[in-house]
Amino acid sequence: MPSLNQYLILSAVLFAMGTAGVFVRRNVITILLSIEIMLNAVNLTFVAFGRALGSADGQVIVFFVMTVAAAEAAVGLAIVIALFRHRESLNPDTFTLLKW
Amino acid sequence: MTPLLVAQIVLTLFVFVMLLNSAAAMVYVERKVAALLQQRMGPYLVGPKGLLQPIADIIKLMFKEELRPAAADTILFSLAPIISATAAFAAFAVVPFGAETTFFGLLNEPLRLQVADVNVAVLVVFAISSMSVYGIVLAGWSSNSKYSLIGGLRSSAQMISYELSYGLALASVILLANSLSLSDVVNRQAGAWFGTIPRWFVFLQPVGFLIYMTAGVAETNRAPFDFPEAEQELVAGYHTEYSSMRFSMFFLAEYINMVTVSAVATDLYLGGWHGPLLPQSLGWIWFLAKVAAILFFYVWMRWTLPRYRYDQLMRFGWKVLLPVAAVNLLVTAAGVLYFGL
Amino acid sequence: MMLFYVFATIAVVASMLVIAQRNPIYSVLLLIVSFGALSGLYVLLDAPFVAVIQIIVYAGAIMVLFLFVVMLLNAPVEDMEEHRLIGRGTLRLGAALAAVLGVELVWALTKAGGEAGALPGASVSSVAAIGRLLFTDYAFQFEVTSVLILVARVGAVILARRDEPRSGRTANPANPANPVNPVNPVNPVNPVNPGE
Repeated sequence: MPSLNQYLILSAVLFAMGTAGVFVRRNVITILLSIEIMLNAVNLTFVAFGRALGSADGQVIVFFVMTVAAAEAAVGLAIVIALFRHRESLNPDTFTLLKW
Repeated sequence: MTPLLVAQIVLTLFVFVMLLNSAAAMVYVERKVAALLQQRMGPYLVGPKGLLQPIADIIKLMFKEELRPAAADTILFSLAPIISATAAFAAFAVVPFGAETTFFGLLNEPLRLQVADVNVAVLVVFAISSMSVYGIVLAGWSSNSKYSLIGGLRSSAQMISYELSYGLALASVILLANSLSLSDVVNRQAGAWFGTIPRWFVFLQPVGFLIYMTAGVAETNRAPFDFPEAEQELVAGYHTEYSSMRFSMFFLAEYINMVTVSAVATDLYLGGWHGPLLPQSLGWIWFLAKVAAILFFYVWMRWTLPRYRYDQLMRFGWKVLLPVAAVNLLVTAAGVLYFGL
Repeated sequence: MMLFYVFATIAVVASMLVIAQRNPIYSVLLLIVSFGALSGLYVLLDAPFVAVIQIIVYAGAIMVLFLFVVMLLNAPVEDMEEHRLIGRGTLRLGAALAAVLGVELVWALTKAGGEAGALPGASVSSVAAIGRLLFTDYAFQFEVTSVLILVARVGAVILARRDEPRSGRTANPANPANPVNPVNPVNPVNPVNPGE
């Protein structure tokens, strides 16, 4: 039976990897994917803490996080499509002009 | 190794083999029914009444050359048919197909006729069917051919659109059964109203049943919703570049998906293994009969209805099926709340 | 215990490869693998509902959307030499900062977890319990998410809409003498060689 700490360490590692993805990658889609990794790391923390405290509240929060993630993905990808139409590129460095 | 465990393993293998056989049988039935509807003979040369035709087909497919386009993505091109076939087999694992039985006293404890008893089985079926889209989409993308890519894109858009109505139809049944376990859903349908009408959910959920069947056709990419592989527009759609065993894995997945959708429809709406005349221990005969009836209906539909246009499909899914499914769910919820159905 | 390490290793390795991949389609697929492993961890945490929802919502819906967009845009493989604003040194700094954040999070979370951090024997996490919480204690938040989804849906449609000229325009404004072929407005009949 793994302890709570092991789940928390795992989620911390995943969150840091998501952050690294946002810092390092130069592709809008991969950056959005990294944000999904971070959200999932947080979900894991919620479920693990909920399990440790013996309540279902943690799982309810995960439900809300997933809703937000779905909304974020839909709007984020719509923005990616709109940007791609203007610049034919997914590199965020090309989207540095405020006006086009 | 308890006898129950041995029986469970045997059951799992049996289900696997029977699913493979059902796909072979469906190929024959499909061709014979098509011939019947079009006033042709159908296959009749191989074996009596052409019964060995599926075996001939399999041998032919096995000895074909395995082709791979030079521009294809090697890993994904090999992975896509495996994903399709695996998802098709996996979905059936949580489907119960008979009452608990001891096989006429052979076992000490009763064995449930189901590969894996999961208490969120309805959601598991939904989850696995939502994963099966990856096989088709990846096949379309990795082939690096325009027909395949259009087939894959169509498939992903179509499956996302119809999954919503499918999920809402499932939710109405879950409300009525008050459980997410498929065995519980079936057991809630035992008995009869007034001693004559069986307590099947299809009578409480006629609209839900129609929505489920329609979405099921769209999910399995069958005619009249077979856009991912529309022959007249896309050569063969997502599997244009596939040949030999990889092609046959897609073929297998399509038929097993059909069997799974029919089996789940039987469990959810048609009372599963419950039926008059036969004792509980022989309920699986009822189950098979109902699944066969739905499968025949699918084949009948394929050879009768013409294909829709793609924009009609999308419009129907979003503007008709989804609102109707939502209203159906609301009405069901009100019925459960006020009449305690 | 074994299962925990198997799933944890799959999740970490797959996530690592997500951010190490140049090809976005492989990134999306590896993230699905990572989500599958997390779903297994949720089962170990006695949360089967979250595990199944994870597959349905994340792997089955959100990732299909990503895959759809990657395929639609035919997203190019990222070229690391193309960076205009940042160089290799900045990237290393970013990776180092993320590593520092990871260490800090491990420190903070394990402090919160208590001394032993052992999990209690069983927990109440049936679907019915979650549903009851969702529609009693969290009813307001639940209703707000529906507004959120509506806003996201309208936003996505407006953002991704192509700005096309209004219907009813029949002539090409750039060249009024040459009306656009109504059947195929992108490819009007070639005037130089109409027989082709």
